[in-house]
Amino acid sequence: MNPVVAKAAESETGSGVALDVTPTSEPVLCLCGAAARVGGRTLWSGVDLEVQAGEFVAVLGPNGVGKSTLVKVLLGIVPAAEGEIRVLGRRPGEAGSRVGYLPQRRSFDPDLRIRGVDVVRMGLDGDRWGVPLPWARNRRAQQRRVDEVIELVGASAYAHRPIGQCSGGEQQRLLIAQALVRRPEVLLLDEPLDSLDLPNQSAVAALIGRICHEENVAVVMVAHDVNPILHHLDRVVYIAEGGAVCGPPSEVVNSETLTRLYRTPVEVLSTQDGRLVVVGQPEAPAVHTNRHAG
Amino acid sequence: MPSPVFSWNLLYDFQLMWSYPFMVNAFRAGAIVAVVAGAVGWFMVLRQQTFAGHTLSVVAFPGAALATLAGFSLSLGYFGFCVAAALVLAAMRRGREPGGSEESAATGVVQAFLLACGYLFMALYKGLLEGPQALLFGSFTGITTGQVTTLALAGLAVLLVLAAVGRPLLFASVDPQVAAARGVPVRGLSIAFLVLLGVATAEAAQITGALLVFALMVLPAATAQVLTARPGLSLLLTAVLGFTVTWAGLVAGFYWNYPLGFFVTSFAFGLFLLAHGARFAARAVERHRAASGAGPSSSGPAALAGGAA
Ligand SMILES: Nc1ncnc2c1ncn2[C@@H]1O[C@H](COP(=O)(O)OP(=O)(O)OP(=O)(O)O)[C@@H](O)[C@H]1O
Ligand SMILES: [Mg+2]
Repeated sequence: MNPVVAKAAESETGSGVALDVTPTSEPVLCLCGAAARVGGRTLWSGVDLEVQAGEFVAVLGPNGVGKSTLVKVLLGIVPAAEGEIRVLGRRPGEAGSRVGYLPQRRSFDPDLRIRGVDVVRMGLDGDRWGVPLPWARNRRAQQRRVDEVIELVGASAYAHRPIGQCSGGEQQRLLIAQALVRRPEVLLLDEPLDSLDLPNQSAVAALIGRICHEENVAVVMVAHDVNPILHHLDRVVYIAEGGAVCGPPSEVVNSETLTRLYRTPVEVLSTQDGRLVVVGQPEAPAVHTNRHAG
Repeated sequence: MPSPVFSWNLLYDFQLMWSYPFMVNAFRAGAIVAVVAGAVGWFMVLRQQTFAGHTLSVVAFPGAALATLAGFSLSLGYFGFCVAAALVLAAMRRGREPGGSEESAATGVVQAFLLACGYLFMALYKGLLEGPQALLFGSFTGITTGQVTTLALAGLAVLLVLAAVGRPLLFASVDPQVAAARGVPVRGLSIAFLVLLGVATAEAAQITGALLVFALMVLPAATAQVLTARPGLSLLLTAVLGFTVTWAGLVAGFYWNYPLGFFVTSFAFGLFLLAHGARFAARAVERHRAASGAGPSSSGPAALAGGAA
């Protein structure tokens, strides 16, 4: 695949995408010639991307390039300037709770007196109108689902504390639980590993990878550091220079492509067990990159 | 105003107080207002919109003053001005995030001007009645049965709307981005909430006066939120606390001839301090127990990694 990041290459990258995906069924996410314009400025254009169920896709790229905007376009919060976008066969924003969303960097006010479980619970039925009836039949099941998903992300120890008093990483886990609680078919995660320490990063990455592959959920994860998720990834989308390059990690995460994307020397090494180590990536501190190498 | 003596026999005291029709009206109005202001105030505290609430309460004063001057119904003055001001605030709230600094300045300007207008209306009226004091700091002697009916109807409407939008409103207050992505109309709810806040403020201002509405709108909610982080329980507790301090304030105001607003506010403030004290004590006990008992349970990444592997 030609890793040139220019509009002219888009049709080629699009066909490159089609090659490495076995088209078993209709794609869960589909962008065709999509463009995003924010405040009169075109962030990216001519982006083609198809994501199948059970695929784990990372969105990478430098700051301010429009990664979060891509997620918002898929959610229907930001309208696409051009192109055709389908989410679960519908227009963006129409799939409702079938899409789980974790926005970038949120932290709750330290004085907010709402428990973590309540925040997770909002993901389940926070968008319903009216008063929840105490005698409703599904009440038990809902409570069980909330507990289950909190257990799944390993947040049981602090889920009953006011969320404002939880640490950034603890809040992040609770928010991942919130995104998962309705068993979405698509997960749009905007830098979910942000504010987690290294062991937690790999643990959460493993969790998301497992949910993706075992429960056949399509995951689109915006990330700054590719290392913790590298061996869970099926595909990488690199956004830069107004366009995007898509492909399997080994084709996109290589010295040539990354050097061109970041316009700074980036080297990609391969460890004995076949994992890729990105060295000198602008956003990734040295300690991150040494972890897999060690 | 009679000057009876408090007997500590509550049954006898209430019988005495309720033998005066104006006291019956005051207790009824107090109960309605406490519950409505408490419920709306709970969301206001959660949404950190106390400045908007304060502005609306200040607007209640010129509303009532104008009603007195122009000779139309006092309720109309309160509700009309507060709801209109809520709509103006909603129009000024163009940005997505609540509580921007620019907006605060603009809100403050409007608030100061309206307060001055209220004072002007009072001066023009050259009122022989209680003057601006009752409008600013509350009074319970003049509440008519008609006023109680208006309060009840407006309060019922507020509670019904709040019950209908409560869950999405909570979602939009705590987590606006995800709520918006889920299709919750975050901006529409924000406007609707301001209107509810306007109505609730207009109600509370008729009991505590314009300057002391926070006694019923902030203090019970803040106290309840100190005591519990469970939303449902906290909301219920707010209503109970508001009701208690209002009725206690009315009893005190009946037997000791000092302003009602002072009593209600002091009781509410006392409970707020007590709640903080209780939480502090509970934490100290917990810490003591944790120090003497087993070490802190560790459920870190290892557990998750194990589960995920
Ligand atoms: N509402 C808005 N109005 C104007 N410009 C905006 C708006 N939202 C985003 N932008 C601009 O769009 C660009 C892309 O923003 P976006 O949040 O998508 O970047 P990103 O790739 O997620 O960056 P980061 O890695 O820092 O999260 C930025 O330059 C930002 O300033
Ligand atoms: Mg971003």
